[in-house]
Amino acid sequence: MTMLVHEGQPTLLPRLSASRKRERVERTDGVAPKLRSRGLRAFFGKKEVLKGIDLPVAAREVTAVIGPSGCGKSTWIRCLNRMHELIADARLEGAVELDGRDVYARDVDPVLLRRRIGMVFQKPNPFPTMSIRDNVLAGLRLTGTLARVRPAEVVERALRQAALWDEVKDSLTQPGASLSGGQQQRLCIARTLAVDPEVILMDEPCSALDPIATARIEDLIHALSDRYTIVIVTHNMQQATRVSDSTAFFLMGELVEHAPTNQLFTSPKDRRTEEYITGRFG
Amino acid sequence: MIRKHTDRTYEAELQQLRERILLMAGTVEEMIARSVRALVDGDAELARRTIEIDGKVNLLERETDELCLLILAKRQPLGSDLRFITLALKMVTDLERIGDLAVNICERAIDLSQGPRFDSFADITRMAEIAQQMVTHAIDAFVRGDADRAQQVLDRDDELDELYHHVFRQILAQMLADPSLVERGIHVQSVAKVLERIGDHGTNLAEAVVFMVNGTDIRHQGKLDSI
Repeated sequence: MTMLVHEGQPTLLPRLSASRKRERVERTDGVAPKLRSRGLRAFFGKKEVLKGIDLPVAAREVTAVIGPSGCGKSTWIRCLNRMHELIADARLEGAVELDGRDVYARDVDPVLLRRRIGMVFQKPNPFPTMSIRDNVLAGLRLTGTLARVRPAEVVERALRQAALWDEVKDSLTQPGASLSGGQQQRLCIARTLAVDPEVILMDEPCSALDPIATARIEDLIHALSDRYTIVIVTHNMQQATRVSDSTAFFLMGELVEHAPTNQLFTSPKDRRTEEYITGRFG
Repeated sequence: MIRKHTDRTYEAELQQLRERILLMAGTVEEMIARSVRALVDGDAELARRTIEIDGKVNLLERETDELCLLILAKRQPLGSDLRFITLALKMVTDLERIGDLAVNICERAIDLSQGPRFDSFADITRMAEIAQQMVTHAIDAFVRGDADRAQQVLDRDDELDELYHHVFRQILAQMLADPSLVERGIHVQSVAKVLERIGDHGTNLAEAVVFMVNGTDIRHQGKLDSI
């Protein structure tokens, strides 16, 4: 339980230049990762969907996960904040470490864990009848920590971080469902940010959005990566090239290749990665 | 061997691009051979007909560039396809430039078609053979996806450079011995320089092939450390 005591985060972290970030990606192996899955195997009943994934996630970087449908990429990120176990018949072997501590240890409270590792889903899912303001505060209310904060400040900070404040500051009492799809997704990101997580998992966050709304989310991911560790599952390889520092390619439950994004999309080492990214699959 | 694209239209576009480059390469190879033959044989008519071919090379350059842009816009290629298309954009520039250089040789061939032959023509012919082979082998390496063959092209550039310096000294000696040969000597020397430049473009092509096949940039090796 001690690992889930929330540590205060610096309010502002120095912005890294692109070259410094690249340098950091290239020496990821020598730096303690924020998250790491070790020999992670996941099952639905008898079906093994992840076959021993060893993958570090570097702190305050964007890690993209790509692969064909059914390759296990969504299952993998759902294992990172213990959402996999919410599915009936699902089980898991191996470990997921957050700052070196196993999140599946007996003393870890999954609800508190999910405060530290937030998640944004494919389809924007704000609570439709709840106001914009209450949507942002929903996570705090769920974890019983709303009384400890100043709600107005949290709402403004989270909405500003999610680049939505200017568009909704005069309509905070309107229902979440009154927003456009792209705004709803940014509201969901604000809801995730409101609980001050350290890691944000995104499962195809733009697949239901138009190109302009997608560009806004991508811009947001880029801005958030200065402060948060982000893992994004995407079907859109061009998106992975735009937003991520490193990319992992999954195939049939296995990690085929994990490399700096610039390298993986121009000169992948594995033939299967090459065939997938160039569209020569199946 | 890498598999074909799932999207057959995309596969056909890449194949069309490959064929355009091969056609362009074959055309400039022929221009080199004809230009040097026109020079050695003093055949001004062959030189003029060869100059006319350059228009076709220029047209192919424009068409190939357009096809590359179209594929980039439509497909947003990645991996080896991305390397191939960026390579194609560079190759057409080198090939078009080789065509221009062959035109330069033809112009000198017309100038030199009247008057006595130069003793250095044997070495000029040898230079032309090497320069043409460099282009041929680079394109061959491109077609086969053969980085080793491309590397052999790079090794031949030194041979061409040495031959150029030899020809330069030879022409200089002839001009010093007989000052009436100065004007013709300068023309012949410029042809040798043009052939040496064609070799440089062959080197560019071969380096691009190595990048396409292996994904490693071997340009300016050992010369970038001091920057």
